Amino acid sequence: LSTLVLAEHEGGSIKASSISAVEAAKSIGNENSVSLLLAGSGPSLKEAAEHAASCHPSISQVLVAESDNFTYPLAEPWAKLIHVVHQKGDYSHIIAASGSFGKNIVPRAAALLDISPVTDVTEISDSNIFVRPIYAGNALCTVRYTGSSPCMLTVRSTSFSVASTSADSNSKPASIDQVDLSNFSEDDAVGKSRYIKLSSQETERPDLGNARVVITGGRALKSAENFKMIEKLAEKLGAAVGATRAAVDAGYVPNDLQVGQTGKIVAPELYMAFGVSGAIQHIAGMRDAKVIVAVNKDADAPIFQVADYGLVGDLFEVIPELLEKLPDKK
Amino acid sequence: MKIMVAIKRVIDYAVKIRVKPDKSGVETNNVKMSMNPFCEIALEEALRIKESGLASEVIAVSMGPTQVVDTIRTGLAMGADRAIHVDYPGTLYPLSVAKILKALVEIEKPGLIFLGKQAIDDDCNQTGQMIAGLLKWPQGTFASKVVLDKEKQTAVVDREVDGGLETLCLDLPAVITADLRLNQPRYATLPNIMKAKSKVIKKLTPEDLKVEIKSDIEVVKVTEPPKRKTGVLVSSVDELIDKLKNEARVV
Repeated sequence: LSTLVLAEHEGGSIKASSISAVEAAKSIGNENSVSLLLAGSGPSLKEAAEHAASCHPSISQVLVAESDNFTYPLAEPWAKLIHVVHQKGDYSHIIAASGSFGKNIVPRAAALLDISPVTDVTEISDSNIFVRPIYAGNALCTVRYTGSSPCMLTVRSTSFSVASTSADSNSKPASIDQVDLSNFSEDDAVGKSRYIKLSSQETERPDLGNARVVITGGRALKSAENFKMIEKLAEKLGAAVGATRAAVDAGYVPNDLQVGQTGKIVAPELYMAFGVSGAIQHIAGMRDAKVIVAVNKDADAPIFQVADYGLVGDLFEVIPELLEKLPDKK
Repeated sequence: MKIMVAIKRVIDYAVKIRVKPDKSGVETNNVKMSMNPFCEIALEEALRIKESGLASEVIAVSMGPTQVVDTIRTGLAMGADRAIHVDYPGTLYPLSVAKILKALVEIEKPGLIFLGKQAIDDDCNQTGQMIAGLLKWPQGTFASKVVLDKEKQTAVVDREVDGGLETLCLDLPAVITADLRLNQPRYATLPNIMKAKSKVIKKLTPEDLKVEIKSDIEVVKVTEPPKRKTGVLVSSVDELIDKLKNEARVV
């Protein structure tokens, strides 16, 4: 077994979701040598490579592809890169976290290799048997991959959480090798897509995908102004802010805060939902939270069926009371 | 320029699905079927582009058993000019779908392909990326805004990515997959439903297109997700805080 993990990096470090993908690689089998592939350009790439070498004890090799083609994570050069790296490494598995990066790139690369990838794996039962949710998580499908290698997967990072002890400082850092790009003959598609910009909301709150606590507001908040109550409560608990599709569509908060089947999938220790009815597609995004709290005026709201603690009440009264009575956890 | 739109017939989004007792799959007999919502958005975008004068024709394509013709008729009633049905009775995985689409692209030579970002049944989120890879075309997945420039032959696409909105410029021909917020699809009106009955649906088979259907994925079983244990209703904020502190120990 040998696994190539496709890693995303930002500001000189490997993203937490990519480290979860390494954790998933570890669970494929004991005798699995794990290589991490990262690509980019400039000084932050070097920094990220050093972080990669010691970010998880299972990584034995870090492969670095440095080229202006990889300054931004575009699917066209990445798919080609995976093809080139696989030709040399002949991996049994190629894995990425199933965020927008992995979902964009892995199927394209798989098509170039004539492989059917498996999306959104939540459990690895064997080196070729995987469990994945279908129908927005309303059913679980166990599949066996019967094709030739590499077996290509995207994995839900929330299902492969990294044990905090795994960042063992005693373990030897992995070797860092540059990918030979001299054979990276310009694929017809490289250069046909150009990055223009990324618009994102700067925030000091923890990242929604990895936060320990998530506070979510639904349409019942009624306005962007009222939604600030959710943000205040999140601040008090050191939590990330989430929203339902209805709240996003109503314009209370930007898209990237949406929790649900078509938004972010979260699995925090504590998930508190205020004024959330509990649509199937929303529940698909948070059903793996350890403790779910729901506050809603409507006692029949489906969210109460998945909540560990439900409180039937007016969020405009409950939130101020929580703000007053909950201990600060900054 | 022609636009090709791939559409899929799935269990209606509002239906609560049931897992078959023998774990072989999900019950589809006597269940309401509809066009995949993301495919509707993809088709709507293609129609709007045509209506703005930037495309000459919208071709809807779908593949699967005879029943997918119903979904194709819906697409024609929404406004697609004509359609292609690739008849295949068995399960088609995204890689096979992408290969069939590639063969159709070679016949029709569209300048743009629209797909939904994923189907709400298998949630694969693969076909658009795969067809782009096979054709060596650029891809704009999870699109929430598309602006075409006829002169430069480009599409500027806003993509919903984890960190916010990413904007890319793609050279045409290109593949674009639709996310939820790209548009609000129209309903087919009665006159258009009547009109759709006389529109042409060309029927082909994978053999006609010289596409070999193979599968390297085998479904072992389909099961219900584990049920969460029943929770409790608390009567006050104080009780809630007490539970969170002393029972769940999360605050």
